Amino acid sequence: MSEHSGSGTPGDGAAEEQANLPARAGDERLAEPVARRGMFGTSTSGDTSGYGRLQVRVPPELSTPRPYGSYFDELTDELARVLEADGTGFGDAVERVIADRGELTFHVRRERLPEVAAKLRDEPGLAFGLCTGVSGVHYPAETGRELRAIYHLLSITHNRRVRLEVTAPDEDPHIPSLIDVYPALDWHERETWDFFGIIFDGHPSLTRIEMPDDWKGHPQRKDYPLGGIPVEYRGTKVPPPDERRSYA
Amino acid sequence: MTSHSAPPRAGGLDDGTAEGRVYTVSGQDWDQLVAAADQAADTPGTGHMVINMGPQHPSTHGVLRLILTLDGETVTECRVGIGYLHTGIEKNMEYRTWTQGVTFCTRADYLMPIFNETSYCLAVERLLGIEDRIPDRANIIRVLMMELNRIGSHLGGLGPFGLEIGATTIFMQGVRLRENTLDLMELITGLRMNHAYIRPGGVAQDLPPGALEKIREFLRHAPTWTGELHKLMDSNPIFTGRTKGVAYLDLEGCTALGVTGPILRSAGLPWDLRKSQPYCGYETYEFDVPTATSCDTYGRYEIRMAEIDQSLRIMEQCVDRLAGTRPAEDPVMIPDAKIGWPARLSLGPDGLGPSPEHIAHIMGQSMEALIHHFKLVTEGFRVPAGQAYVPIESPKGELGCHVVSDGGTRPYRVHIRDPSFHHMQAMAALCEGALLADVIPAIASIDPVLGGIDR
Repeated sequence: MSEHSGSGTPGDGAAEEQANLPARAGDERLAEPVARRGMFGTSTSGDTSGYGRLQVRVPPELSTPRPYGSYFDELTDELARVLEADGTGFGDAVERVIADRGELTFHVRRERLPEVAAKLRDEPGLAFGLCTGVSGVHYPAETGRELRAIYHLLSITHNRRVRLEVTAPDEDPHIPSLIDVYPALDWHERETWDFFGIIFDGHPSLTRIEMPDDWKGHPQRKDYPLGGIPVEYRGTKVPPPDERRSYA
Repeated sequence: MTSHSAPPRAGGLDDGTAEGRVYTVSGQDWDQLVAAADQAADTPGTGHMVINMGPQHPSTHGVLRLILTLDGETVTECRVGIGYLHTGIEKNMEYRTWTQGVTFCTRADYLMPIFNETSYCLAVERLLGIEDRIPDRANIIRVLMMELNRIGSHLGGLGPFGLEIGATTIFMQGVRLRENTLDLMELITGLRMNHAYIRPGGVAQDLPPGALEKIREFLRHAPTWTGELHKLMDSNPIFTGRTKGVAYLDLEGCTALGVTGPILRSAGLPWDLRKSQPYCGYETYEFDVPTATSCDTYGRYEIRMAEIDQSLRIMEQCVDRLAGTRPAEDPVMIPDAKIGWPARLSLGPDGLGPSPEHIAHIMGQSMEALIHHFKLVTEGFRVPAGQAYVPIESPKGELGCHVVSDGGTRPYRVHIRDPSFHHMQAMAALCEGALLADVIPAIASIDPVLGGIDR
């Protein structure tokens, strides 16, 4: 995962060396939760490949090391300056900064999201006046941060873009609503609730928008099946798409 | 209505599913209805009425439902009900390979399929890290197809606009020119819509023989036809009366509601992603960004007409570039065997399929090529984990595709940020306080397509 391939904040020499020892790194790796077992998405058929006992672990979440390149350093410094001037720390609000493939992502702690968004919108050095929506992603394997809400902001003034990523656990799927900062998020928050079950606290009417009002469940979650029926064609039965072999 | 004493009323609706009293209007009973509403217990004396407009299919927009609260003819509240066209495009894409995903996303906003495909493919290409390796010819064809599609989309909005305000001639003129864009689409991609023509890495196939001549012919005739549209609409007293000052939304309202495209440009801001954040080589083309300052429906109409002219200008430049002497190796798909298979197609007597040379190669000459072909077709290619958001300037505004990969052969999550979805939110701002008749031009000035809104 190139997003996670960067190293963490460098500490002092000896401790860093200790942490980088291969044996130590291996132990840490084994302590990480398992994201996926086996291969080809099959669990019922006999395993002749030897891949059946494969365990893929969740990679550690790390920040991209500086410099980020492009306008990203300047933007991050400006946000840090604004948040520090306010008396609340940058490090407390923004857990990680990721610069990947020419896009900048701030991982924001959910309690601090409205404040960070308001700063991004109002400070003249940032001026992200336009929010182009929020969408969700569901990672069932990442215990404690299964749900993600991802916001894309645009500054017409500076011709810049930035992405905010906020996590919430499945047990407590609450994220503060940004509708006061960006009224454009009205429908998008409803949609993300509809599809993922993320509850945006403070939204005036968090109701179904795409699915019928009496629908049960949140269909874009990974534990919600796609559905479908097997199709018979010239004597062969083709299973529905979500039961077909997967190579990932 | 047969009886004058009893107000018009739908039967069987006292089951608690509807709030207040529900009436069915059958025509010529307006006075009774107003009288009944005046006496109704839930809104005594106000004369307010809640009218359900739709769900229906108003011309090309798709299934939309408006819930309007009326005070006489004035709209006091406008709520929008969407979701009737939700088909789970984003969910379905998670169960198909990266290349097959194009077949799904093209169906989102079906009046601008090429833009959906391009936005998705650019996002996949960014994840693959091959943005700089897309062949020039593929990029020129992409731009050509996008501008052709832009003309078709604008006409698909303007023609029915005429129909919606009662002018069938405008509709016929608009559709006639749009038919010509669709004919070209069919010639180049094989289909009038749902093309799946733009693919990760390039385009599905090169232009067919004779395509450039056909496009030139179209470019010769198009200005005459748009000129006729101008004559029909520009100073038509009915058209200007229905559009000038209608559905006002200024710059502040646009940014607050996430509104982009012609609506934002009608508020005077020349914001066009083709200029400000260019992609597919748009920075090398000469064109202008038309704006208006009227913030109203008429301004948006003017901008759309001017954009058609600019699109024709860009198409001319594309044709000139494609017509130049062609180097021996000038592919339309990235020359990377790990990604580029689906482009090796040719049109045979029984339709589009793998080219005979390719079949001969994999079946008769190279076992490795056969294995490779099989793996690419069944598994597809892998895309490194990460996420990308690529916005492009669609005819309606900023169309963005947010694509998340977990490193596998299928998208982990795809979200299409459709401009119409944001623009429909502005309906309340556009309509409230206006007349009921202004709701129709307001919808038309947004030019929404519910296929894109609901996905």
